[in-house]
Amino acid sequence: MNTRQLLISLWTMVVKEVRRFVRIWPQTLVPPSITMTMYFIIFGNLIGSRVGEMHGISYMSYIVPGLIMMSVITNSYSNVASSFFSNKFQRSVEEMMVSPMPNWVILAGFVIGGAARGLGVGLIVTVVSLFFTHLDLHHPFLTLMVVVMTALLFSIGGFINALLAKKFDDISIIPIFVLTPLTYLGGVFYSIDLLPEFWQKVTMINPILYMVNAFRYGILGISDIPVSGALIAIAAFIVAFWCLALWMLNRGKGIRS
Amino acid sequence: MAEPALSIRGLAKVYGNGFEALKGIDLDVEQGDFFALLGPNGAGKSTTLGIVCSLVQKSAGQVKIFGIDIDRDFAKAKYNLGVVPQEFNFSQFEKVEDIILTQAGYYGMPMKEAKPRCERLLKDLGLWDKRNGAARMLSGGMKRRLMIARALIHRPRLLILDEPTAGVDIELRRSMWEYMRRINEEEGTSIILTTHYLEEAESLCRNIAIINRGEIIKNTSMRGLLTELDTETFLLDLAEPLEAAPQVEGFEVERVDSHQLALSVRKGSDLNDAFQQLTRQGVRVLSMRNRANRLEELFVSMTSQPDAGSGIDSATSTPAKETAS
Repeated sequence: MNTRQLLISLWTMVVKEVRRFVRIWPQTLVPPSITMTMYFIIFGNLIGSRVGEMHGISYMSYIVPGLIMMSVITNSYSNVASSFFSNKFQRSVEEMMVSPMPNWVILAGFVIGGAARGLGVGLIVTVVSLFFTHLDLHHPFLTLMVVVMTALLFSIGGFINALLAKKFDDISIIPIFVLTPLTYLGGVFYSIDLLPEFWQKVTMINPILYMVNAFRYGILGISDIPVSGALIAIAAFIVAFWCLALWMLNRGKGIRS
Repeated sequence: MAEPALSIRGLAKVYGNGFEALKGIDLDVEQGDFFALLGPNGAGKSTTLGIVCSLVQKSAGQVKIFGIDIDRDFAKAKYNLGVVPQEFNFSQFEKVEDIILTQAGYYGMPMKEAKPRCERLLKDLGLWDKRNGAARMLSGGMKRRLMIARALIHRPRLLILDEPTAGVDIELRRSMWEYMRRINEEEGTSIILTTHYLEEAESLCRNIAIINRGEIIKNTSMRGLLTELDTETFLLDLAEPLEAAPQVEGFEVERVDSHQLALSVRKGSDLNDAFQQLTRQGVRVLSMRNRANRLEELFVSMTSQPDAGSGIDSATSTPAKETAS
């Protein structure tokens, strides 16, 4: 395929993915917005008013970046996992496999589509949060970079999950048993300074801690960990996951007999 | 001499469970041919076609599409290939037109070229009125036609039709035959057809290969194959009931029921002789017809094996509602 044909095929993939989650917006865009609104009301407003400040910032403002990031992570991941597995289940993945599209275009199409939903939901949650608190962007470029990189990383993760999945249950195991606990324990609702020293060290192996803190630094200018290390870690994970996903796709893992 | 549309050499496939689906087959399909690939379930048809269109990984052998080795440049080879699979393999929730335009996009076809082509195909295949409806709302026959339109959107030179008329009513089947004939004869598209309707293969195809247990057991012209048929069976409808089958010298006669006989006629036998003998015995014949399609008789005799039919074909179901998490 020449460059123009590659761009057309990639654009087609992205449009198809975006069209899918927009078509079923009551399942994809509305529920996360409602869930996050509940978090803002209960944790931010009701409980947060008794918690007081964290690092000199109101508790409501403190949890907003973490909740936005939580939406981005779960939606990017589950969009690709669900979409690609549906393609496998309905065998429409064969439409792509019989075409001359290279595998990296297929992967990129799903990943960009997943990131689009993650970022879309993240934007909705951000708008909702403005009804509860005021946000000053301390580092706009860093904020954007972290959220986009995180969305891409978890989209690739969702793709790998869907490639390996044999039934619908298999695409909900990782979000429920891995992503949700790591996100909740990744400093969304608290600073790790509140933890005993031992648990602070344990928390440092949680990759989501770095993403949440880097994003919080971009918005609020505070972080529990060095931001540069977080960026390098996210970039390294993206490269590693991308290579793994592409290798699996090239081998036909989970899709070819 | 032009390269064959499809050339297969020593193609073998062993599945992970040890099942040897293909045992090193050779096959050529010439450009412009309408070629039938027949065989019982599990014989290796779908595996062969799956390898050709990259859905199945081969264990050994070489496949060339218009001279392009799929191991060297599969992407280039795929431009020449259109595939209509056995199972519905499109998103049931997408709009009909979107399914076809998306496929065009996968081939890098610009929208301004894809749109008019899509319109023409949908009109030719009687789906234009359904273009804005979700694919799941189509009838079975319409879904098959949708897959044909999708396979043709990028103007392939070789079209693979894997049981395209399965579950389609007779009227629609015949209109699909006409369409396939037209694209073969007028547009020069080479076509490989697998089907369980042997009448379909006999009517459409010029050349034929029969595959059984992973081996090509026959590869010849349709006409040549049919001349090999040495016995035909006719069903005779009788005017009056018979208690027992009459003796007809030189022919085998079987009583089907009180008003019907089955008469087996060997190649070179004089059918008039049979009727004269029946007339002498007071048996009046009102009408007659072939008991089975001629190709069917040959096919059954060639492929009948004790365990033929142990299929590896898999069926899939489709969720009634699109879900996303």
